[in-house]
Amino acid sequence: MSDAAKPLLRPAAVLVPLLVLCALPLYLESYWLRIGLFSMAAAIGAVGLTLLSGTAGQLSMGHSFFLAVGAYGYVYFSGDPGPGLPPVIAMVLAVLLAGAAGGVFSPVAGRVKGMYLGIATLALVFIGHHLMLTMDGVTGGFNGRSVPPMEIGGLVLDAGQDDLTVLGVPFGAEERLWYFGLALLAFTWFTARGLLRGRPGRALVALRDSETAASVMGVPVARYRSSAFVVSSMYAGLAGVLLALSFRRVVPDYFGLVLSIDYLAMIVIGGLGSVAGAVAGAFFVTALPLVMAKYADQLPLVAAPGSPDGSLGPTEASRYLYGAAIVVILLWAPDGLSGLARRLRPRSRPQPSAPPPDTGLAEPVSTSAVPVATVKEHTP
Amino acid sequence: MTGLLDTLLAGLALGAVYALVALGFVIIFKASHVMNFAHGSLLLLGGYLTAVLHDDLGFAGALAVGVLATAALAGVIDRVLLQRLPQDPKAAHVATIVTIGIDILLVTDLARRIGGDLLSLGDPWGDEVRTLGPVTVADSRLAAIAVSALVIGVVFALFRYSRWGLSLRCAAEDTEAAALQGIRLGRTRMLAWCLAGALAALAAVFLAAFPATGLERTTGQIALKAFPAAILGGLASPVGALAGSLVIGLTEAFVITYQSDLHVLGDGLSDVAPYVVMVLVLLVRPNGLFGAKGAARV
Repeated sequence: MSDAAKPLLRPAAVLVPLLVLCALPLYLESYWLRIGLFSMAAAIGAVGLTLLSGTAGQLSMGHSFFLAVGAYGYVYFSGDPGPGLPPVIAMVLAVLLAGAAGGVFSPVAGRVKGMYLGIATLALVFIGHHLMLTMDGVTGGFNGRSVPPMEIGGLVLDAGQDDLTVLGVPFGAEERLWYFGLALLAFTWFTARGLLRGRPGRALVALRDSETAASVMGVPVARYRSSAFVVSSMYAGLAGVLLALSFRRVVPDYFGLVLSIDYLAMIVIGGLGSVAGAVAGAFFVTALPLVMAKYADQLPLVAAPGSPDGSLGPTEASRYLYGAAIVVILLWAPDGLSGLARRLRPRSRPQPSAPPPDTGLAEPVSTSAVPVATVKEHTP
Repeated sequence: MTGLLDTLLAGLALGAVYALVALGFVIIFKASHVMNFAHGSLLLLGGYLTAVLHDDLGFAGALAVGVLATAALAGVIDRVLLQRLPQDPKAAHVATIVTIGIDILLVTDLARRIGGDLLSLGDPWGDEVRTLGPVTVADSRLAAIAVSALVIGVVFALFRYSRWGLSLRCAAEDTEAAALQGIRLGRTRMLAWCLAGALAALAAVFLAAFPATGLERTTGQIALKAFPAAILGGLASPVGALAGSLVIGLTEAFVITYQSDLHVLGDGLSDVAPYVVMVLVLLVRPNGLFGAKGAARV
């Protein structure tokens, strides 16, 4: 690739996928759009988690709790019982609420580190589940609550009474939510990368690589640790809102430990600390079981749902595949998909600018010198 | 008063079983810096093998096979899969996630085999109850306390006196120096995993015994409660795991007994209480009760 072609390729690399993503609702069925929506929500949450785990080096198993806070916060603020605020304001409040929940936990998050924090945050999942079942005035208890649709500038993002048709394609709930989800994902993508490349990101990387060195250089350790936790829970809250909107009903059992583990798997499969990796991991982990279920009858060895006992159902088959994928991907590429992508890229360009723009700070955990150099490369 | 003693004994028995599981976590963490999320499924495997084989081999034979097979599988997981990964302690989270993948595979398979059944393990205690002075206690609980105490004693003796224990402690202290002394790190690590697997399989027996009704597909999730036990004591401290397990076991037993008085806080509080206790302890001591402070050398 010559240097002259580079400035043109950069915007093209952003615009072409964006155009494709915007055009998808015109062609895909709503089943696929729903998979896409779930994946986008997961991607937003995974980006939040990768900020915490990949950059700050803190493991969190409590992510599903913050998703739940976001989802229930939105439902409560915009619904009845609740103040019944306009949906956009309810969304902002829900995100702030998730951040506040992270802040309440920050005395723990600021002091406890690594694996310890991972298990400590496990507590949030169980306490959260308990609260969701107990506070049934707010959460609707075991049966959950239905989610009021999003409304922006008079346009309701739901299959409402108005028949909206774009280019001959009827726009139902999924199509409308798709663009909303895309906007949220884009917002997440750019803010997260901005954070990672700016001062906070560097401080967090320094903190992850050596706590002592970072604090000697003037990074307030506990404060950065807890603010990473708060920011990560705010992204989780945003993801929770989008999830709630796509599900149209929130129930406590969804926000369990399995979900937290899924998020952890997403960011590690994607490659820790990489925004693009987190998004890729989120799509992989979220879409895989749904796609498997869709094509269950065409896969060898897999029986259709409702077959007699002992046969391999689609749910189980996708669990096997999911488990095996985690093991195989990580054995093959311990730095995840983003590390793999980096290695597979042609090595024709000069070495000093080797790390591609889309990985930013996504260096593997070991070295500290390299990512800092990378940041300098890309900072104008 | 009787209620109090009953609760104490129940808590002790519960804590003894948690201790078997938590000690496994600690041994694995000490040896490989990995948090083993596949522990619950190893436990389930041990229980399942015992349940399936006890008709043919008798309880003792089936248990022996279950324990050995689980230990072997744990060793294979470490040697064949995890030891291939980069061995930097900072990259231990990758291995941790790999154990999640293994757990998903194992649990899916075992759950498919067990289905909705309740498997009896054929243990000799049955639902016998005996009266000791003022309290009535199930035989299975006494057995849990006795066997755990014995086994944990043996494990501590292994740590303290065996060559393997010495190697393990050396490697945990300074991996590089240990390797330079000729300690075979790979083998030491693998044996640690085997031991942890054996302990998990043993714990399965007591988890499925009276007053529980048998082995279910969800029995492995009990390992999740041993997490707080292990963390509470300090992840790298076997003594801590023991103390943490007792704290968690007693907490749970007391919350179950006095649940009706705590009704304001909602149902099912006994499942949440261990985690609340853990968070409170971590607030005061971020490295657990027996965790090292960790001095940094520059």
